[in-house]
Amino acid sequence: MAEVLVLVDHVDGDVKKVTAELLTAARRIGEPAAVWVGDGAAAGKERLAEYGAAKVYVAPAEFDDYVVAPKAELLASLAQEKGAAAILVSASTEGKEIAGRTAVKLGSGVLTDVVGIDGELVAEHSVFGGSTLTHAKVAAGVPVIAVRPNSVSAEPAEGAAAEEAVSVQISDDAKAAKVVERVAQAKGDRPELAEAAIVVSGGRGVGSEDFSVVEALADSLGAAVGASRAAVDSGWYPNQFQVGQTGKTVSPNLYIALGISGAIQHRAGMQTSKTIVAVNKDPEAPLLEISDFAVVGDLHKVAPQLTEEIAKRR
Amino acid sequence: MNIVVLVKQVPDTATERKLRAADNTLDREASDGVINELCEYAIEEALQLKEKHGGEVTVLTMGPDKATDSIRKALSMGADKAVHLNDDALHGSDALQTAYALAQALRTLEFDIVVMGSESTDARTGVVGAALAEYLGLPQLTLAGKVDVDGGAIKIQRQTDYGYDVVEAALPAVVSVVEKINEPRYPSFKLIMQAKKKPVTKLDLAGAGIDAAKVGLANATTTTVDFAAAPPRAAGVIVKDEGGGGAQIAEFLAEKKFV
Ligand SMILES: Cc1cc2nc3c(=O)[nH]c(=O)nc-3n(C[C@H](O)[C@H](O)[C@H](O)COP(=O)(O)OP(=O)(O)OC[C@H]3O[C@@H](n4cnc5c(N)ncnc54)[C@H](O)[C@@H]3O)c2cc1C
Ligand SMILES: Nc1ncnc2c1ncn2[C@@H]1O[C@H](COP(=O)(O)O)[C@@H](O)[C@H]1O
Repeated sequence: MAEVLVLVDHVDGDVKKVTAELLTAARRIGEPAAVWVGDGAAAGKERLAEYGAAKVYVAPAEFDDYVVAPKAELLASLAQEKGAAAILVSASTEGKEIAGRTAVKLGSGVLTDVVGIDGELVAEHSVFGGSTLTHAKVAAGVPVIAVRPNSVSAEPAEGAAAEEAVSVQISDDAKAAKVVERVAQAKGDRPELAEAAIVVSGGRGVGSEDFSVVEALADSLGAAVGASRAAVDSGWYPNQFQVGQTGKTVSPNLYIALGISGAIQHRAGMQTSKTIVAVNKDPEAPLLEISDFAVVGDLHKVAPQLTEEIAKRR
Repeated sequence: MNIVVLVKQVPDTATERKLRAADNTLDREASDGVINELCEYAIEEALQLKEKHGGEVTVLTMGPDKATDSIRKALSMGADKAVHLNDDALHGSDALQTAYALAQALRTLEFDIVVMGSESTDARTGVVGAALAEYLGLPQLTLAGKVDVDGGAIKIQRQTDYGYDVVEAALPAVVSVVEKINEPRYPSFKLIMQAKKKPVTKLDLAGAGIDAAKVGLANATTTTVDFAAAPPRAAGVIVKDEGGGGAQIAEFLAEKKFV
């Protein structure tokens, strides 16, 4: 069975959920082989084994010191060497870039922001603000596919996760854009927005930079916090938390929108959420049309009550 | 310093967008064309770089005749001239083919920096910048929230999930920008009038040195097999808050096993 390369997404050895999802998808296509960049493989390997990784290729941390190019070299050369059937990466902003460069190197086609994938490598996209579903296939070379987190449900399966060091050297060209500093901006210890199973977002209706009504509800659910562009533009919440067409695309199991009208550009970033709950003063707000449960009322009354109720049930 | 800014015309998100049943490509006639929003930020950044470091800003657009409107708009924001890559053979090109075609067109121009948007509102592939850097063999400085140029060196803040990375490279380089980088200016009346006289050079496949076998729908590296309207979401429950709205949501979440 041909190998399917899965680029592991991890933070200091902590394997992200999307990787388990990709390994699950890879098993339907061929034999999953995880590709690990950086330290922590020894610890992270266990999780990869749990989701059926037969092999784990480990590349040194240096591959992370430059923007995207070294990882694309790594994936392209592994794909060629191992005769891989496909390459799967997470559709994070960087994941999509890695997919693009890898495909150029391989002369392959690339599909990004995929919301579903089957064993025949038919990929599903949700386009035009979620109004249309398309199916696409890669027509040239080794398919390179970037899959949105929460698109595949991760199912455990045993794998050997046999570690293999890679011998790929980073070319000088790939060292052209060097990362000289990483700056973490405070975000607390909430789950990452794109990955979170639950997202609570606040919009203009929150009314001020005091986002604590949103954060408290999020924390009661172990959720990530998101924001509409109106809230971000007003300076109430940092840019990287914007959900929508020009922000993050999220696909959680539960999306709670507080004081967000549901403009098409916002819906583009959250419409594939499995369950949607909205709180809005305006019964005509478009978001209510796609909500599974909506309360017409003041979020400053409804959200704290909800937070309290959840605390009681815990 | 010569700056090329990549500007894409996209269907207005505010209008209904459709795919064409005949070939599963975007129906560009069905909706109004506007400049891709992030490209306006790219134009603004290019203009600011010019204001700081001198030189010229050239707009490069690949698209059908209709894209001329977007080119004029970009010129009326203050760009100096434009190159319009327009050839029927380009119809239906996918993201990588587009990156290849833009790379070839860029090889006919002189530039120190290419500035572009990090994503377009129609395709949303998010790969053109990275693929372009790969094709041109230039440093990839994508997802920039801040750009600083100092002589032949360039430094950006690359937006990440945790904050940003500071990335350094030597010019020439490919830069893509995110929304937070600046606030695009509005064209002034004077600039709108001037824009009408600014030169727009047409470029076709041959002129750009593009291999016809590498672009267009027939040679696309991906194929859309089918498309359909997404199944409508089942109508949900809407309740008016009579003092117990929060508790009602909690009830709903409990039913759904979220709490
Ligand atoms: C090209 C383009 C790209 C865009 N990209 C994005 C994007 O990525 N993400 C995004 O979000 N937007 C984006 N937008 C902006 C989008 O069109 C909307 O302007 C934006 O989503 C509105 O945010 P909002 O819903 O928070 O604000 P509003 O539309 O002002 O809605 C606020 C809502 O809060 C309700 N409300 C007010 N007070 C209360 C209260 N006390 N309790 C309960 N409800 C209350 C109001 O009834 C209203 O429905 C984009 C726009 C363009 C043109
Ligand atoms: N046809 C095109 N002409 C000019 N620039 C383009 C074109 N397609 C993409 N781009 C540039 O690439 C960016 C990202 O586009 P995309 O990858 O299609 O989401 C855009 O913001 C443009 O700057």
